[in-house]
Amino acid sequence: MPDTVHLTIDGHGIETAHGATVLEAARAAGAEIPTLCYDPRCAPNGLCRMCVVESQGARLLQAACVTRAVDGMTITTESPRIIRARKTVLEMLAASTDLSETPDALAQIAETGADITRFAGGRVRRPPVIADNPMFVRDYAKCILCWRCVQVCADDAQYAFAINFDGRGFDTRIGTFFDKPLPETSCVFCGQCVGVCPSGALKPLRAWELEQRDSAAP
Amino acid sequence: MTHPEPRRSQLLPALLAAQATDGWISETAAARIATALGVPLADVHGVISFYDLLRATPGPEIVQHVCVDPACALAGSAALRQQLLAAGAEVHDAPCPGLCNRAPAVLSESRGVFVPPDLAARDLVDGDLRWLTPLCGRGRPATLAEYVASGGMRAFERALREPGQQIIDEVRKGGLAGRGGAGFATAIKWEAVAAAPGPDKYVIVNADESEPGTFKDRILLEQDPWRPLEGALLAAYAVGAKRIYVYIRGEYPLALARIHEAVDILRMAGYTGSNVLGSGFSVEMEVRSGAGAYICGEETALIESIEGKRGFPRLKPPFPVTHGLFGAPTVVNNVETLAGAQALLERGAEAYCAYGTLKSPGPKLFCLSGDIARPGLYEMPFGITLGDLLARAGGVRGNLQAILLGGAAGALVGPEALGTRLSMEDMRAAGLPLGSGVVMVFNTTRDLGEPIRRIARFFAHESCGKCYPCQLGTQRQTEILERAAAGAALPGDRQRLLDVGWTMTDASLCGLGQTAASVTLSALKRWPELFPDA
Repeated sequence: MPDTVHLTIDGHGIETAHGATVLEAARAAGAEIPTLCYDPRCAPNGLCRMCVVESQGARLLQAACVTRAVDGMTITTESPRIIRARKTVLEMLAASTDLSETPDALAQIAETGADITRFAGGRVRRPPVIADNPMFVRDYAKCILCWRCVQVCADDAQYAFAINFDGRGFDTRIGTFFDKPLPETSCVFCGQCVGVCPSGALKPLRAWELEQRDSAAP
Repeated sequence: MTHPEPRRSQLLPALLAAQATDGWISETAAARIATALGVPLADVHGVISFYDLLRATPGPEIVQHVCVDPACALAGSAALRQQLLAAGAEVHDAPCPGLCNRAPAVLSESRGVFVPPDLAARDLVDGDLRWLTPLCGRGRPATLAEYVASGGMRAFERALREPGQQIIDEVRKGGLAGRGGAGFATAIKWEAVAAAPGPDKYVIVNADESEPGTFKDRILLEQDPWRPLEGALLAAYAVGAKRIYVYIRGEYPLALARIHEAVDILRMAGYTGSNVLGSGFSVEMEVRSGAGAYICGEETALIESIEGKRGFPRLKPPFPVTHGLFGAPTVVNNVETLAGAQALLERGAEAYCAYGTLKSPGPKLFCLSGDIARPGLYEMPFGITLGDLLARAGGVRGNLQAILLGGAAGALVGPEALGTRLSMEDMRAAGLPLGSGVVMVFNTTRDLGEPIRRIARFFAHESCGKCYPCQLGTQRQTEILERAAAGAALPGDRQRLLDVGWTMTDASLCGLGQTAASVTLSALKRWPELFPDA
């Protein structure tokens, strides 16, 4: 098998390592493809679909983070279809969860001109903050369901398996066994989930307490 | 026989068993199951919370599940719901339980388990080419002896004396395509699994029929389980699979009971087990129950479910034909597809192709419901026009306004579509979905906005939540449609619906999200007046 593959991204011929994804190939070549859920430290799952691109011959948009680059592929990273998908996802997400501490989302909203009030008035996800341990708080009102915390807690890193998903669809949350406080679960407080959280939903207790005090000040 | 089934695969059966015993799944029961199967506690809770039929809190003794989907709504499910509530019953709004031909449907749950409704006599089964349903519609299930006397099992016995490749070639000549909705060529799937390396291969019978408006597989499973099961045996022999899983949705208690019985009878009769009929071929058949998740009809989500996980669809590629159940090459076929394979192989490709159209040979099952004189299951040769099919079912009750084709993931069409020939190629050319064969009729007295909203709510309820377009879009689509119905549409709502719809269609991870807006988008085009823009 050859070591490299050749593909075209936005009209530029690109050579990339065999097995690389379209996202990796594009970024290595300096092409900008936005992502939200993607973290190179975790197995990619193609959740947020911000990285969708058009691949010649494919009927639907393809998520670049999970699409392997193959020889002869022709990729377009910006088109009206792509922009509509990215913008609409951002607008719907902004109406669902608190993005104030998700810098990637805020930057993409600014860049695409997404109207964060466009889907306002519908259901929002605003569960109360969970402060059940001395190490960190879980503020799932800020959760964007990128799955990174579940993944690093499981076989992407720690093998602690303390958290998983709860519910489904719009009502999906990150949860523990029968909603137990973290100290009563298999959590080892390694802190890796806090480290990979992109949205401020998981935060060291001290930082959260200082923020609370600061915002409560007269 | 040994097979590499991981312990976790017993998770859903164990949880269902705990619920059948206790009426719900207690923390203690869940923890014991987790320990016994070596599954993390959080994962077990994640699985319980994914499936609609699993309960992590004790509930009432008896629950009445009233269908809230379009066909039952037409037949008065709202009034039925009110009656039950007035009588003091505990009522749950339920997604389509596949009883559209005898709407409005209600399923009783007693202590966490569905009570099988023994109403087979009331299923009307008719048609012009009865190859899949000759033993259906008689008010009682067929026995194995009756099935064999009618020519059943001959194809399997003959196949055991032939190389598997010959069976695949015959299926290819017969032009059989999948009947679950996507219409993929069956022979290509079988060939890929046959050719894939690996000692363990699987056949999965996809009996997770959950598409609103669809009840064809339920009737086959309840009344003639032998035909799809012979189809599965033929598939297993053809591809070299030693194990068959029959995955039936949890809302089909009667079908589950019948298939459990049929699987045991087939084993007693020597059609499964080791060295089947002295051929040297060995195969086991196992029944699995779903637990309330439309998404598990998607083949990779179904595989995840058998593996004891939440029904999240997988990324494709790789496809199940090379990396399926437990990572092994796997055929996943719909019930009707396998019954069709049996009908094809019993007669031979040439005889099979004498009916239907050139590119869609043989018979197709159509589920007629709504404002039609004789709702029921109709087996017709491919190529019949939509208008002739309606006439065959006694014609429209009232004046025709619209037809829902293909189910919730299908499209709404107007009377101008009556001349369309129902075949894979004609429908594709017309840009219409054949889907699972749903033909739901709406007369001019109906508010079309209502089925559109019900379908939107159905998708919001059934979205797995994995990818953003569907997790968020199904919710927003429902909200926009509901505020329009309440007379509170906002400026720009039509464009919002288009953007949400096309984002789900273009960018969702799996077929559920990709079709979650197809009814809305079809109606937006055909009946724009239904969508006020403030």
